[in-house]
Amino acid sequence: MTEPMLQVNNIEVIYNKVILVLKGLSLEVRPGQIVALLGANGAGKTTTLKAISGLLKPEDGEVTDGSILFEGVPIHEKEADEIVRLGIFQVMEGRRVFEHLTVEENLMAGAYTRPGREFKRDLEVVYHYFPRLKERRHQKAGYLSGGEQQMLAIGRALMARPKLMLLDEPSLGLAPLLVRELFGIIERINKEQNTTILLVEQNANLALQIADYAYIMENGRIVLDGTPEVLRENADVREFYLGLTEVGQRKSYREVKHYKRRKRWLS
Amino acid sequence: MDTFIQLTLTGLTNGAILALAALGFVLIYKASDVINFAQGEFLLIGAYLMYASIVQIGLPWTLGVLVTMVIAVLLGILIERLVLRPLIGEPIISVIMATIGLSSLLQAIVRMIWGSQPKSFPSFIPSDPVNILGATVGADRLWAIGIAAALMLFFSLFFRFSKEGIAMRAVADDQQAAMSMGISVKKVFAWAWSIAAVTAAIAGAIVANIVGVGPHLSHFGLRVFPVVILGGLDSIPGAIVGGVIIGLLEAYVGGYISGSLNQVISFVVLVLILMIRPYGLFGREIIERV
Repeated sequence: MTEPMLQVNNIEVIYNKVILVLKGLSLEVRPGQIVALLGANGAGKTTTLKAISGLLKPEDGEVTDGSILFEGVPIHEKEADEIVRLGIFQVMEGRRVFEHLTVEENLMAGAYTRPGREFKRDLEVVYHYFPRLKERRHQKAGYLSGGEQQMLAIGRALMARPKLMLLDEPSLGLAPLLVRELFGIIERINKEQNTTILLVEQNANLALQIADYAYIMENGRIVLDGTPEVLRENADVREFYLGLTEVGQRKSYREVKHYKRRKRWLS
Repeated sequence: MDTFIQLTLTGLTNGAILALAALGFVLIYKASDVINFAQGEFLLIGAYLMYASIVQIGLPWTLGVLVTMVIAVLLGILIERLVLRPLIGEPIISVIMATIGLSSLLQAIVRMIWGSQPKSFPSFIPSDPVNILGATVGADRLWAIGIAAALMLFFSLFFRFSKEGIAMRAVADDQQAAMSMGISVKKVFAWAWSIAAVTAAIAGAIVANIVGVGPHLSHFGLRVFPVVILGGLDSIPGAIVGGVIIGLLEAYVGGYISGSLNQVISFVVLVLILMIRPYGLFGREIIERV
C-alpha cells in the first residue's frame, strides 16, 4: 500500500488551556482517496480539521500531545498560512465567503498563495466545474444563494490547487438535490484534479457513497473505521448513522441492546 | 463669484488633504476594526521628516519625499510588531487605548527631536499664483489636489486588482476565512498600518508646504473624525467624498458666515450624521440574503 499523505497520530486538543476536545485521535489519509469523518454534533470533527489546517490557534485551541504529519513533515506547530502553502486547504463550515467581495475577487483571494500567471487557467478550471459562478462572476458573493456560496467556497479551494482538501460539512443547509449535485462534483474533483479529500459530514449516507474509507468519531475519539462496505454492514452504524433498524425485533429488546451498544462505544 | 471659486478651491485643497489623512484611518478600521487615534501624529511625523530631509539634511525634495515614505513604511511595520502583535487576541478596546498611548508617544518624540516651536517650511511645490475663472490661488494648492487625487486613484486600483489589496479586503470581511486562504493576517495588518502611515505622511508634507510645520499639525487627526463618520468608517470612497464635503463646508462657512465657525461646523455635521445615518454615507451595509 502507498504511504499515507496525512497522518494524525494520537493528538490531544485543548481549548483555552482547560477544555479537552480531542482525546488521542488518530487517522490516516492516503493520496488520491476520499476519506469521510463522520460523527454527531460536538464529537470534535471540526476541531480535527482545524488542528490539521492550523486554524485552531486564533481560537485559543492547541495541539498538546501527539503529532500531525503531512507528507512526512510535522505540521502541528506551523502557522495556517504555511500549511496552505504546503498544500492543505480547508473549506470551512458555513461557507464563509467574503460577502463584500465579488465572486471573482473571492477566487482571487483563494489563489493568494499561487503564482499570478496561472490565475487565468485555474479560473477556467473552477468555471468548468461551476458554470453558475461564471455567470455571476461580478456579483457580490453575499448575494449568492446558499448553494452558489458553497460552490464558491469549494471553487476558492480549487484555486489554491491543494494536494489535500479538507471539506467541513459541505451539505449544511442545502436542498437534497443540490447536495447530490455537489457531491458528484466533489467526486469528479477528486478523480480529475487528483485532489485528496478529507470530508466531514453529518449526512453519513451520502458521505459513505463517495468515500474510499471512513472514520466514525464520538467524544473526541475515533470509535470505528473501515471501508464504506464494511461500515454499512455494521449494526451500530446502520442504526445510529444511517437510520436503518433491524425489522422484526421486539422494541424492548432493542432498547436494551441500544443501551449496551452506547456503553460499549463510550468505554 | 470670485469669492465662490476661491473658497471652492481652498475647500477642495483642505478636502483632499483630509481625504488622504482619512484614507489610512479607514484602512486600519477596515482591516482590524481598530480606531487609530494616532493618525494625526502620522501626519505630524510626515511633515517633520520632510522638514528634516529638505531643510536639515538638504536633500532635494524628490529624495526627501522618498525618504519620508520609506521611514513611514518602517514606522507602520514597527508599530505592527511592537504594539499590535502583542495585543492579538485581546479585546479591540485595548488596542484602541494603545493607539491613544501611541499618539502621545509619537508627539513626545517629535517634540524631543524638533522642539515645539512652529517652523517655516521652504515650499518645495511651486506656489506661484494661478488665475482660474477670475480667482487667484497658489499653484501649491492645485498640486495638493492633484497629488491627493492621484494617490486616491492608485489605492482604489490597488484594492480592486492587486493580490495584496484583495487580501486586505478579505481580512476585513472575515479574518478566519482569510487565514484559511493562506493569507497572513499579521502581514495584512503591517500593510494597513504602513499604508496609513505613508498616506498620512504625504498629507503632512503637503500641509507643511502650505502652512509650515509645528506640533499643531496633529490636530488634523481630530479633524479626520467628521470626515470618516460622514463617509462611513469602512469606506474608501467615503473617505474621499467625506473629505471633499467637509473641506468645502469648512471653506464656505468660513468665507460666508464666520471665520471662527468653520472648525465647529464639521463637528455639527458629525453629530447630525450620527443621529440620522450612523454608518455614514457609504458605510458597509450588512448583507442579508432573502
